[in-house]
Amino acid sequence: MRRRHFVLGIGLVFGLIVLAVAGRLSPTYYTGLMTEALILGIFAVSLNLLLGHTGLPSLGHSAYFGVAGYTTAILSLRLAQSSWVSASAGIVVSVSVAAIYGLLALRTAGVYFMMITLALAQVLWGIAFGWRSMTGGDDGLPGIARPDLGALVPWSLQSPANFFTAVLIVFIIVMGALSLVVHSPFGYALRGIRESEARMDCLGYHVWLHKYVAVLIAGGVAGIAGILFVYYHGFVSPAELSLVLSAEGLLMVILGGAGTLFGPVLGATVVVFLRNLVSGYTERWLSVLGLVYLLVVLCAPNGILGAIRGRIPGWLSQEAEA
Amino acid sequence: MTSLAIQALSKNFGGLQALRDLSLEIQPGERRAIIGPNGAGKTTLFHLIGGQLSPSSGRIYLFGREVTTLPPFRRAALGLARTFQITTLFRNLTVMENMLLAVQTLDSIRLVLYRPLTSYRNVMSQARRLLEQWNLWEKRRVLACQLSHGEQRQLEILLALAPMPKVLLLDEPTAGLSAAETQQVVAMIEHLDASITVLLIEHDMDVAFQVAQRIAVLHHGRLLAEGPPEAIRKDPTVAEIYLGAE
Repeated sequence: MRRRHFVLGIGLVFGLIVLAVAGRLSPTYYTGLMTEALILGIFAVSLNLLLGHTGLPSLGHSAYFGVAGYTTAILSLRLAQSSWVSASAGIVVSVSVAAIYGLLALRTAGVYFMMITLALAQVLWGIAFGWRSMTGGDDGLPGIARPDLGALVPWSLQSPANFFTAVLIVFIIVMGALSLVVHSPFGYALRGIRESEARMDCLGYHVWLHKYVAVLIAGGVAGIAGILFVYYHGFVSPAELSLVLSAEGLLMVILGGAGTLFGPVLGATVVVFLRNLVSGYTERWLSVLGLVYLLVVLCAPNGILGAIRGRIPGWLSQEAEA
Repeated sequence: MTSLAIQALSKNFGGLQALRDLSLEIQPGERRAIIGPNGAGKTTLFHLIGGQLSPSSGRIYLFGREVTTLPPFRRAALGLARTFQITTLFRNLTVMENMLLAVQTLDSIRLVLYRPLTSYRNVMSQARRLLEQWNLWEKRRVLACQLSHGEQRQLEILLALAPMPKVLLLDEPTAGLSAAETQQVVAMIEHLDASITVLLIEHDMDVAFQVAQRIAVLHHGRLLAEGPPEAIRKDPTVAEIYLGAE
């Protein structure tokens, strides 16, 4: 048990070093793809907390991603706030939206939960699309400057390699925090809720409260991803609030492995690289993505990481042992 | 004080009266069986006591405190635990994880986010102790859904016991079990701490007469008879509904 953790830890550190070096030394194009994979990885991981761990199939997760992005963009462009202020506000607003949407959506379950989360996200999409004077409508808001770290760090985030490093650092912090959460008593309770709400209720768990806290955390983490995304592209548009993004998030989670910690990151990487590499050869990259999805669902219903875990019993599993 | 009191409880599903004006009082440490033919309202009664359903009229008291409108998790905090007629486990979690979820409710750490559950030594050792006691420790890494039916029933009773309840409701704990498995579950019930009040629904008359000190017979949602096993065995009206009458 101890030894396994040690080996896993060494492997993780080694992997991150390889990732950091590869990201910084690759051609700019690939550095960009890796940056985007990490950002969407954070988004997918936050959705996985709901879908994979708690069993809440949200079809409107882009709401938190986009609302944080728009908040950051509007504050820095229209109110000329510092990036510290606008990025913090982005997180605060995404958690606040999660607090309101959670109250409404958690009254339902299953398919109804999907429908109401979809509808709630579409409300924000409609506002972003329609309120031209504030959000720029479907043109979006261009020209969002990356944070200037100033005297704090002598780096400029303008360079792709440095921005990649900054995203990687955020990614490591988020993954570390979420790893704590999923292994905590609270994380176990979420999986208990996924398996049987009735049993959790009888055991004395406040099921609703656990779900609500999960929605808040997922909303905040998705917001972090949204802010990074907006800084990466220097641009925000209604696409960041769209159903397409929410559905892509679900795809990433299921591809990589729902309920695993790193699976969704793997799923995000597959989607980002497929989209960008395959679209160089054919316009039908979505068909290729669809085929990959079909293959994974048919051959490895627990996702890529879930399949690997199943092959090596007792290895890479996060199950509790004494 | 009674541990569980039910006063004039009724439950209607549309036009169907599942329970009619039922009153029961159960003393601390009592072993009480509820028997009756299919459709007598036994499981409905359990759902009302557990809080899974709310009554059309009447009141329910746990240790003198009215709980009629409390949700199930609040009743659990007062010391109520139950099993279901259809085994309700965390099917895709391991046996150990099932136990941990039940045991950690004792420690008020349910909302702790920042510390691994496995680092709570008292929770881990308590889960281990319970599993060892009931011979499930060897299966700790097996998924609950891969256990045999008998083991699943045992695990469900263990889940109900882990939070150290004062009142335990068992809904047909031996349903679908082989004779050997039935004896294991019966032994489990007989070895429960004497201070725990046990209310069980049972179809197997031998089990009901073996385990219970008092028996209540339900028929068409009404209390037909109540008393010690010998009296119930001799009661002509009970024989009538079970054996049919001319």
